Amino acid sequence: MNHDTVTEAAPITSADVGDAARLVAFGLQPKLLPARDAEYGDLIRRHREDPRFAALAGAVAAGLGLVVLEVSPRAGMAVTAGEDSVFAVRMGDYARRAGTESADRFLHGLAHLAVAAMAFPRPEDLADDAYVGRLSVHGVDAFVRQACLRLEERAEQRGEISDPEVDGPGLEAAWRVYARRSATGATKDARRLAASTIGIVAKAVAFLVDSGFLQRVSDDAGGTYRSTARYQLQVRDTAGSAAMSELLELGVVAVTDGSPSLLAAAIDGGELAPGAGLPFHGV
Amino acid sequence: MTVPARAGLPGEAPPTSGPALPPGAAHPRSGVTEEGLARRLKALACTAPLHDLEARKANLAGEYTVYAMAELGLSAIDLVTITMDFDTGADHDEIVARLRPRVAAQAPGRDPAEYERVARWVLENLINVGSVDRGFRAVYGMWTREGEYIRRDYDFKLLEEVPGPDGHIFLRATDEAINVLVGALDTDVTSAQIAADVKLEHLIRRGRLAEARFAAEQARYRTVQYAESLRRALDATRRNVRAVDWLQGVPDLIDEAFEHVADRYRHENAILINIRRARDEAEESERKRGAAELVDIVQDCIRRHTQLQTRLMEAGPLFRAEQDRQAFAAPSTRTGLDLYGQLLGPLLELPVGDARRVSDRFFAAGTGLRTPVAVRLHDLTEMLLTPPAPRDHLGAELPEPDVSLTPDDSRYSESQHDAAARLLDIPPETPRRLSGLLAEAREGDPDLGYLVALLAFHAASPPVGTALRQGDRTLLVAVDDGTELDDHEVGGADLIIGTAVLTGARPEPEGPTPA
Repeated sequence: MNHDTVTEAAPITSADVGDAARLVAFGLQPKLLPARDAEYGDLIRRHREDPRFAALAGAVAAGLGLVVLEVSPRAGMAVTAGEDSVFAVRMGDYARRAGTESADRFLHGLAHLAVAAMAFPRPEDLADDAYVGRLSVHGVDAFVRQACLRLEERAEQRGEISDPEVDGPGLEAAWRVYARRSATGATKDARRLAASTIGIVAKAVAFLVDSGFLQRVSDDAGGTYRSTARYQLQVRDTAGSAAMSELLELGVVAVTDGSPSLLAAAIDGGELAPGAGLPFHGV
Repeated sequence: MTVPARAGLPGEAPPTSGPALPPGAAHPRSGVTEEGLARRLKALACTAPLHDLEARKANLAGEYTVYAMAELGLSAIDLVTITMDFDTGADHDEIVARLRPRVAAQAPGRDPAEYERVARWVLENLINVGSVDRGFRAVYGMWTREGEYIRRDYDFKLLEEVPGPDGHIFLRATDEAINVLVGALDTDVTSAQIAADVKLEHLIRRGRLAEARFAAEQARYRTVQYAESLRRALDATRRNVRAVDWLQGVPDLIDEAFEHVADRYRHENAILINIRRARDEAEESERKRGAAELVDIVQDCIRRHTQLQTRLMEAGPLFRAEQDRQAFAAPSTRTGLDLYGQLLGPLLELPVGDARRVSDRFFAAGTGLRTPVAVRLHDLTEMLLTPPAPRDHLGAELPEPDVSLTPDDSRYSESQHDAAARLLDIPPETPRRLSGLLAEAREGDPDLGYLVALLAFHAASPPVGTALRQGDRTLLVAVDDGTELDDHEVGGADLIIGTAVLTGARPEPEGPTPA
């Protein structure tokens, strides 16, 4: 570590570039935290104190096709993959069926969105850096099912026929695809049924754990997890806005007054797996 | 073995051209008839899986045509419905086990493994294990108001698998299944319940037990359904403070439910007294058994009501606790994106083709990054050539338990016990004195005397009730007639020991034949 000797006037050396790349490399290990690794912590501090080093680290990241979300002691060097980056996750690699079956593809994406919505149920939770979300696999499934049930009831009240036309699979309402998929199922080897919604949510959650976005707390309710600072950043700064802009392109604008809608909208009626309450308490 | 979930509906294929209506189609453009038709078609479709069971049994490898599969299917739905409680449903194995006697009765004398296989086949087909959704799909067509003919998919399930609190998977009967099962249940639950109760009381008074049993079972289905809808309402209360109408809606609901419970409880207790009387006074064994079964059913109803009542009493405190937790939390001054209200909610309403674009974007941006794995040819070759590790469906091998033998500290060996038993196997006609037995016992084994004495003392207070319950024919009995025992090892009375023969349903313990 030589950052103590670096002064404003000194030219950038290859050692500096090496350190900057090292910091990015740390950022590529999402489960690693600066608090757990002295060298990582030093580099984070240097990033904060030395603007030139910070610019260098940013350049290295950008060159690799990474987007820097935040560099801080709590989240470390939080980087995410740019859209065409080699680090990006492709749906086809993520789940084999999702490559071919359009319903499965949708369900896998939806599971990720639902996990995020469950981790940060209120708008202020997403904005509050100190908030730690808590969620369970069964809870996420039950909550989406509930939302689907409400939509079904609403469609019935309006006298709409929600059964899709035979020749227009893409026209089926999204909630219906989720609702008709079985929640769970017995398998011969007592593993989770991968194509069931709980299986899909569990896969999403396990993937997010590997991404350093969630941490396992216990095995209750199909697995209980808490969110990390990185996940909050990822959802708030990248995923949420990307999905929102796509939604806007489709011409769907949901106007809210900033008050939480999850409470009022998603949780009446229907059944929830026992113990899968809404996560309105930090860990 | 499963077939695709698409079950065709009977009926001719109607023409697809809109305006040129066939002469047979009455009021094609009036929505009411068309909707009624669609409703009936859907109801019909719900029975299709059961017919399907019958139709496909011939294709199974083996002689399965003798089984009435539709009957087994309905019976399975019955069993699941009855075991549905507040928290859980029935578990697969339980249903299979309870279905088996019926399977066995249909084809007596076959291999029990076959019964198991048939029961499991029926259950799996009701879940439709082979399909991705684990459900069924039927196609129906109807005219729109614009005069266009459209075919639609109708998806439904009969039995669904839900996760239990401890990770087990439970079965629940869906609304469709309950409709198939009892039919026309889509009525006012309360009034249907009252009707069933009145009918039940009436039938019992007139002593028509077979019909009363049917009515009681009907009442129980309704009870389950009532509990089910109430459970939903209470679960809503549990998690939701603002969306539930706590000013009027829920309190009214709870009051109503309390009233219902109190009413049913009174009713069913009265019925219980009636049936118990019928049971005790009945002389035919068939009638007695019928009444006893009725008692069980009504007791089960009462148990369910008690459960319901417990839930009702929890509701109030729960609401207050939730309100404290949710409503009085300090609101944050900053706001962010409302993931549910602005994203997930609207997304679910979109057609799936559009929704997928949004979910794909969220997935691409929300999963983070993966460092790509670079493969070396060397590793790859090795990986490809490594034989696959056999996956052991039995799980990891259990370590050999380290068992240390506890020393055998019993005073008498197995053979000594046998010898004593032989000695005490006294013919009923010829009871013996303890002193004689002791002398004989000590002839072969000096230790045996004490054991015989102990057994004899035990026989002084014989376990008559246990012997009767076990259905024993004879019992060892010892009687003291006042004679002193003169022995160097044991003291007390020189008992007379004999074998009493137990006879009849309520025999008094007979002493030994006179000494």
